[in-house]
Amino acid sequence: MSAPVTVRRIGLAMVAPAIAIAASIAVSALILWIAGHDPWFALREVWSFGWERESVVSSINRALPLFFSGLAFTIAFRNNLFHIGVEGEYRVAALLAAAIGTELALPAPLHLVAIVFIAMAAGAAWAGGIALLKVRRGVHEVISSIMMNAIALALTAFLARDRMRFKANDFDQSIKTELLPASGQLPSLNSWLEAVGIDLKRGFHLSGFLLPTIVVGVVFWYVMRNTRFGFDLRAAGMNPRAAQYAGVDPTRMIYTTMLLSGAIAGLIGLPYLLGESFQFDLTDFPQGLGFTGIAVALLGRGHPAGIAAAALLFGWLDRVAQRLDLVEVPNSVILIMKGMIPLLVVVAYEVVRRTRRAQEAREVAAGVDPVSEAQAVGSGVAS
Amino acid sequence: MTESPAIELRGITKRFPGVVANDDVTLSVEAASVHALVGENGAGKSTLMKVLYGLLRPDEGEIVVEGKTARFRSPRDAIAAGIGMVHQHFQLMDNLTVLDNVILGAEPTRGFGRIDVKGATQRIEMLAAQYGLPVRPDATVANLTVGTRQRIEILKVLYRGARILILDEPTAVLVPQEVDELLASLRTLSAGGVTIIFINHKLDEVLAVSDAITVLRGGRSVATVPAESVDAHTLAELMVGDALPSPTKDPASHGLPTLVVRDLRTPERDGITLDDVSFTVHAGEIVGVAGVEGNGQHELIEALLGVTPATGHIDLGDDDLSEQPTRQRRTAGIGVIPQDRHREGLLLDAPLWENAMLGHQTAAPYAKGWRIDRNAARARTDDIDRKFGVKTPNPDVAAHALSGGNQQKLIIGRELTAEPRALIAAHPTRGIDVGAQADVWEHLRSARRDGLAVLLVSSDLEELIGLSDRLLVMLRGRIVAELDPQSVTAATLGAAMIGAG
Repeated sequence: MSAPVTVRRIGLAMVAPAIAIAASIAVSALILWIAGHDPWFALREVWSFGWERESVVSSINRALPLFFSGLAFTIAFRNNLFHIGVEGEYRVAALLAAAIGTELALPAPLHLVAIVFIAMAAGAAWAGGIALLKVRRGVHEVISSIMMNAIALALTAFLARDRMRFKANDFDQSIKTELLPASGQLPSLNSWLEAVGIDLKRGFHLSGFLLPTIVVGVVFWYVMRNTRFGFDLRAAGMNPRAAQYAGVDPTRMIYTTMLLSGAIAGLIGLPYLLGESFQFDLTDFPQGLGFTGIAVALLGRGHPAGIAAAALLFGWLDRVAQRLDLVEVPNSVILIMKGMIPLLVVVAYEVVRRTRRAQEAREVAAGVDPVSEAQAVGSGVAS
Repeated sequence: MTESPAIELRGITKRFPGVVANDDVTLSVEAASVHALVGENGAGKSTLMKVLYGLLRPDEGEIVVEGKTARFRSPRDAIAAGIGMVHQHFQLMDNLTVLDNVILGAEPTRGFGRIDVKGATQRIEMLAAQYGLPVRPDATVANLTVGTRQRIEILKVLYRGARILILDEPTAVLVPQEVDELLASLRTLSAGGVTIIFINHKLDEVLAVSDAITVLRGGRSVATVPAESVDAHTLAELMVGDALPSPTKDPASHGLPTLVVRDLRTPERDGITLDDVSFTVHAGEIVGVAGVEGNGQHELIEALLGVTPATGHIDLGDDDLSEQPTRQRRTAGIGVIPQDRHREGLLLDAPLWENAMLGHQTAAPYAKGWRIDRNAARARTDDIDRKFGVKTPNPDVAAHALSGGNQQKLIIGRELTAEPRALIAAHPTRGIDVGAQADVWEHLRSARRDGLAVLLVSSDLEELIGLSDRLLVMLRGRIVAELDPQSVTAATLGAAMIGAG
């Protein structure tokens, strides 16, 4: 493929999210204006606050779980599975990782690896249930996901309160697991930042989980693009029957994608667990990351770079919402934006897809029509 | 009589960047006649019809409908002018009834947006009776045959008031009896005053039903001839510009038994079940499977591939594939040209090089261990494109951008290039033009010479008889006859196919 064509395609891919984001900003501004606030003021506040050093770091930290959540949804979605059980999976995984993690006595790096492994295994097992129901009983994954989410919520509450609860003393009313020992705590990257001359204010840190997250993203990208498994998965997603003719076992592909999706879902709670709370607190542990991940995945178009960008955007929006509170602008406007972006982006992507298809058809028609085959070969493909 | 033609296209020229798809095409269609449009893939038929239906705007030339110059900005304008199009791929809602489908988007209402079901039913029944298109308005589309679905598509168009019908390869999807029914309907329609323009590759059908035939070649209108004054041979010559290719055969050169199938059965289900299907295909042999479509041919293909569960023995040379999953069967050397290239053979949104490796993604040069070698795959796709005449600017083009004939060549190219031991070829030339058909036949014959065992499933009798060393006839999931193509007559074959033999 010639370079200009690639550039143009990437350009086309960027147009859709850009339109969606711009439109959602415009609508949010309109809503603020109607509600009697000065949208221009809000925008300026948000913008200047959002690019402070601490805000950037905080946005990155917030983006990490969203990135995993987006990836988890994407890998199943590539196989045409609408897997919304990520929400339940990460909670189960985080609780088990926290509870079992405190019981382990291992040296630092191994301890962390073991906790990560437990979380991934728990997430995969939970998602495996959804796959099993689909393959054996034909239960649609959306239905079973919803139910499994409800079970996960109840199960984690029960386990946290009645089985895995840690009480510092008789008066301790909080429902949480014991703190992870130091060997199970992931150091932040602040020392690295300081080494390059970036000092953060007190109370801020850059999550140590950033590096494993980048590794997972790169591995995901490589696997999808450059491996037989990635090709099988993409083929199954694009045309399940043709993939089956080509030797892709649909049943196995359901299991594989769901287990991988669950395993990645298991990672969602870990940046927080291993880097901030060091324990699973039933009331404080972040909720809703699984569902936000669907929006992140749709905005990121299933490409790891896109998902990363979308996760950063959503993380940034979460961060700047705090500022709106301080300046007495209702921060629910951020919620509206987060809801509108995926909605608009789906529409925008469809428009772009049609444009691209038409363009490709023209390119080929230009290249192959018998009338001018000779001249087309001679002159190359006109665009 | 001074009545103006239903359609006149004058000097239509349609350019795409770097290319002229229609070059000064002139076409005149008499009112209430059946007018066929023939030509090879890429001759400009589809472009011309898209211009007429308002999907494309011509760069030059004019469209005259019933004496009035027309300018179509979209199909809506064309429909308003009384032009309707029946597409090759049906656009019906399976879960809805015939009535729902026909009125969808043009619902007659009677106050408060209520649908006038009674009025619509009457109108459909009237149209159906008038034009000999029997349908039951309350039947659910999902349960109907392909032929009936096509009738619904035609009714849809008539219901919207079309007096001029464009049909794009209407017979490509039909079984022989349905073809006869359709051709009869076309005659009834034209007798009832409807003008019909249809695109077709099958010259005998064209000759059987048309009043006039226009041949397109290389984007130009080569000739318009009255149907009674030409025969298939002349027509084909006009299309390709040289003699009609016809299958000829080398003497049989049987090698070792390669694909040995014994007592293949599929579990009882809806539809056709395979029952005690046994046969052997030798190396260097083409075994044809004849039969009216829907008598188990598709089930046989899927059972051989392991896509559908089946019991019995399948041996490929010394390998027992009976219990193997599809992937092992494919890597063991079973190639397949699927019956429906869009549903079973291609990833339409993926680039050609990914389509070329589909089914061969575990083998060199596409794979290097567990990784994909993208560059080698592209290079191999280039080879296939060149060797099998796939017309494309480069291997990064998406498959949906190619014409049907070129897609088929790509599939045949990827299967033969992978050097299978046995090839299942289902309708390998369906829906492609005469020139491409000759190429495909030649590729199959040369593969046979090189020792490939081919199981050829087809409904094209010329293809079956011309290529096959032996003919099997399938009826209701069983093999009911084995015939020698050298001596078979249409009468004996036809009798075996319907079970009267």
